[in-house]
Amino acid sequence: MTIAVPPASLATPNGTTRPLVRIVIVGHVDHGKSTLVGRLLHETGSLPDGKLEMLKAVSARRGMPFEWSFLLDALQTERDQGITIDTTQISFRTGSRDIVLIDAPGHAEFLRNMITGASQADGAVLIIDALEGVRDQTRRHGYLLHLLGVKQVAVVVNKMDRVDFSEARFREISDEISAHLIELGVTPAAVIPISARDGDGVAERTANIAWYDGPTVVEALDALIPARPLDQLALRLPVQAIYKFDDRRIVAGRIESGQLQTGDEIVIMPAGKIARIKSVESWPVTPVSGPQGAGRSVGITLDRELFIERGDVIAHVGAAPRDTRRLRARIFWLHDQPLLPGASILLRLGTRETRATVVAIEKAVDPGDLESVAAKAIARNHVGEIDIALAQPVAADPASDNPRTGRLVIEVGGRIAGGGLVLSVDAGARAIPVDIVPVESALRPDERLARYRHGGAVVWLTGLPGSGKSTLALALERRLFSRGGSPILLDGDTLRAGLNADLGFSAEDRAENIRRLAEIATHLARNGHIAIVAAVSPALEDRAAARRIAAELFREIHVATPAEVCESRDPKGHYAKARAGALKGFTGIGNDYQPPVGNELTIDTSTGSVAEATDAIELMLAKTGVLFDELVDLAANI
Amino acid sequence: MNLLSNDHRGQPLHREGSVPGLPAPPRQEFLAAPGMDHLDALEAQSIYIFREGFARLKKLALLWSLGKDSNVMIWLARKAFFGKVPFPALHVDTGKKFPEMYAFRDQYAKEWDLDLKVDYCPPLESIDPTLPPAARSAARKTEGLKLALAKYGFDGLIAGIRRDEEATRAKERVFSPRGTEGGWDVRDQPPEFWDQFNASPPPGAHLRIHPILHWTEADIWAYTKRENIPIIPLYLAQNGKRYRSLGDADITNPVASNASNIDEILTELDSTKVPERAGRALDHETEDAFERLRVAGYL
Repeated sequence: MTIAVPPASLATPNGTTRPLVRIVIVGHVDHGKSTLVGRLLHETGSLPDGKLEMLKAVSARRGMPFEWSFLLDALQTERDQGITIDTTQISFRTGSRDIVLIDAPGHAEFLRNMITGASQADGAVLIIDALEGVRDQTRRHGYLLHLLGVKQVAVVVNKMDRVDFSEARFREISDEISAHLIELGVTPAAVIPISARDGDGVAERTANIAWYDGPTVVEALDALIPARPLDQLALRLPVQAIYKFDDRRIVAGRIESGQLQTGDEIVIMPAGKIARIKSVESWPVTPVSGPQGAGRSVGITLDRELFIERGDVIAHVGAAPRDTRRLRARIFWLHDQPLLPGASILLRLGTRETRATVVAIEKAVDPGDLESVAAKAIARNHVGEIDIALAQPVAADPASDNPRTGRLVIEVGGRIAGGGLVLSVDAGARAIPVDIVPVESALRPDERLARYRHGGAVVWLTGLPGSGKSTLALALERRLFSRGGSPILLDGDTLRAGLNADLGFSAEDRAENIRRLAEIATHLARNGHIAIVAAVSPALEDRAAARRIAAELFREIHVATPAEVCESRDPKGHYAKARAGALKGFTGIGNDYQPPVGNELTIDTSTGSVAEATDAIELMLAKTGVLFDELVDLAANI
Repeated sequence: MNLLSNDHRGQPLHREGSVPGLPAPPRQEFLAAPGMDHLDALEAQSIYIFREGFARLKKLALLWSLGKDSNVMIWLARKAFFGKVPFPALHVDTGKKFPEMYAFRDQYAKEWDLDLKVDYCPPLESIDPTLPPAARSAARKTEGLKLALAKYGFDGLIAGIRRDEEATRAKERVFSPRGTEGGWDVRDQPPEFWDQFNASPPPGAHLRIHPILHWTEADIWAYTKRENIPIIPLYLAQNGKRYRSLGDADITNPVASNASNIDEILTELDSTKVPERAGRALDHETEDAFERLRVAGYL
């Protein structure tokens, strides 16, 4: 059975453009949302021919009186339960608008569906039963509209026929809900008395509500303004991916706010690297010139090769978001299990995904009764304020500065479990789990510098087995030690014999192996040593994680010896074993090694001596400020 | 403890370093970016969805039914990935499409440089005999899809369904999890908001990704016209009839129409009250035939 198929709304009917507005109808269960939707479709002439008659016939066959809500209750399961399970979208027209109407379920059980629907809306209609008045779900939906950022809200007081169209009853409800919404920072655009079943107030001010002189529902919808893209705010381009389908290296993403064009000087956050936009790529015509505004999905190329990855945010220099490992957020929670302090969660902010820990729950409220619960947990369908520590830095804005990059989603078990607004961003704070107090070193950084004549660094040698990583690492260690430095070798295989003995070679274990190497190396580097890590580390993603941990201390060297040379060397006999099928998960045969991008140095050991390669590394370390010859007046710089 | 910034010694390689909080250096005055119209906004959103799917799933395929919607979808994929569709286009063939559709497929698979995979549906005899005839015929496609999924191990299928086509499709998510049997549990769909998608199908299950869920039939035609996307001529009226929706030749009927070009189709859609899938027999056999198909994994 097809049902409620409205006439298709035209994008540009005969060349004219009508504003398209998405609205959501929310409110307590049984207060009449579906009835209002059915009525609106009828009043705006949006029902297919014969549909009304057909539904009346179906109702008669089922021995039920006809209800307007049948129009939407298209699913068998819904009719059985008598409640709307999910969001349904229907379009129709008012005088000057194309309206896409999202019907969202009122039943508390389905709050996740209400949020799914309401999050797409430009405006909302909050429906209240005149007999029952404001109920907990009414307040909850009001609160969620605020959290979802829906600012245009019209309130309808339905079933006025059941209270004999009493103006006094209407005023009572109107005052109560207006006060509630205004407290949340949402001013209702109108409060309208209606009877959805009989049509009063929907498209017409009937005699029954002669005392009311405000807009009808159709008029209120006609006055809604479509959400505008955020062109006026600072540029925020969260990176979705980097594509190399041809010789171009295209950074792809959607401009969430602001605008960009070729030649702009941009900064990639959270790393803070600077580049210029070389071109704005497109298809079928490319490149494109002129400014690109908010809402566009774009692709850009940069004037230099930098390490950049999904989750980074591109901004203009001087107007960048802050990088942080600590956030405060106001969230709604949809998961069956309450959110507790110390909980380990997955956080999504724009295109960035990171593990995180809930450090504290500062407030927990049932938005239904609005009583702040002192409880240290946020229950399902409740809201609260939390303090979150992130496993890696992210670029974020407070929601008050940027509604698009100031909101986050929380995932539990691979499923979205909540979301909310960023209240504040604590720049640069390193995530520190609850109840852990790190002890800082007794030595000052300049004391170590003066002794070693170098700063701390993580020198990361990556490449195929047999490429010469260990040989180079040993030579570098000797070279640095000879000049009075403090190098420390961290060999992947050596650590696997002890610290990492519990890890195998699955993708997860490899990632954990790299994480541990990076954490140790970073700890050493932060204490003035040069940690030399020699590890195949085949996955780009894992090395990116290492770079995030070590941040500005990271120096990545690709030991890019050709694969056939590596195999012919086979110092550990691994290639031979792998060829014989006796070594599973061996990187080198096949093409599971992902070469680095934006690394600080590339060395091919098949074309030069070990000493030459070591020279090259030393030079790179000097150029990037790790090594220095003269003892400058460091105190002046610290 | 941050030892010290290396930037003041030697020449920094990559870290010229931004100074958040300082005013922006004087820069060239911006021209205002040109505004986006309705089709621009739809396109940008679809591209975003394509790129999210490609970033978050390991093995994608695009379901190419050869109809107007999936052709728009391929066009959008080429926009998203700068001309190259980086995953296979899968045609689950019932063997009963119109000859014009096969001709179209073979021509444009080549012209658009698609990695075309054609897989055939099992015979009708192997399909649930309790389904009404047309639905049973359509259910072959569900089975064909399951076979293709098992064969290639796709974890994401990109499908060109739209909310305005049919009421049960209106309830879809953009990223829609399917069970291990390919089934859709409409009662237990995860929340989806702010373009954050649930993209972690449990092992053995897959996701359906719907990049044009938010488009309408009229949007598809207006965009097809604007971008000059090729279409199968069956959509245009001949002798007072045209196809609004193309399925298997034996269970799809034309509608009465004189619209012989896209502009006329748009004008027709502006006033019609006939549903798009009116010509699709399977939708009308029983009240819940379509929903039963979808719960079982139909598109």
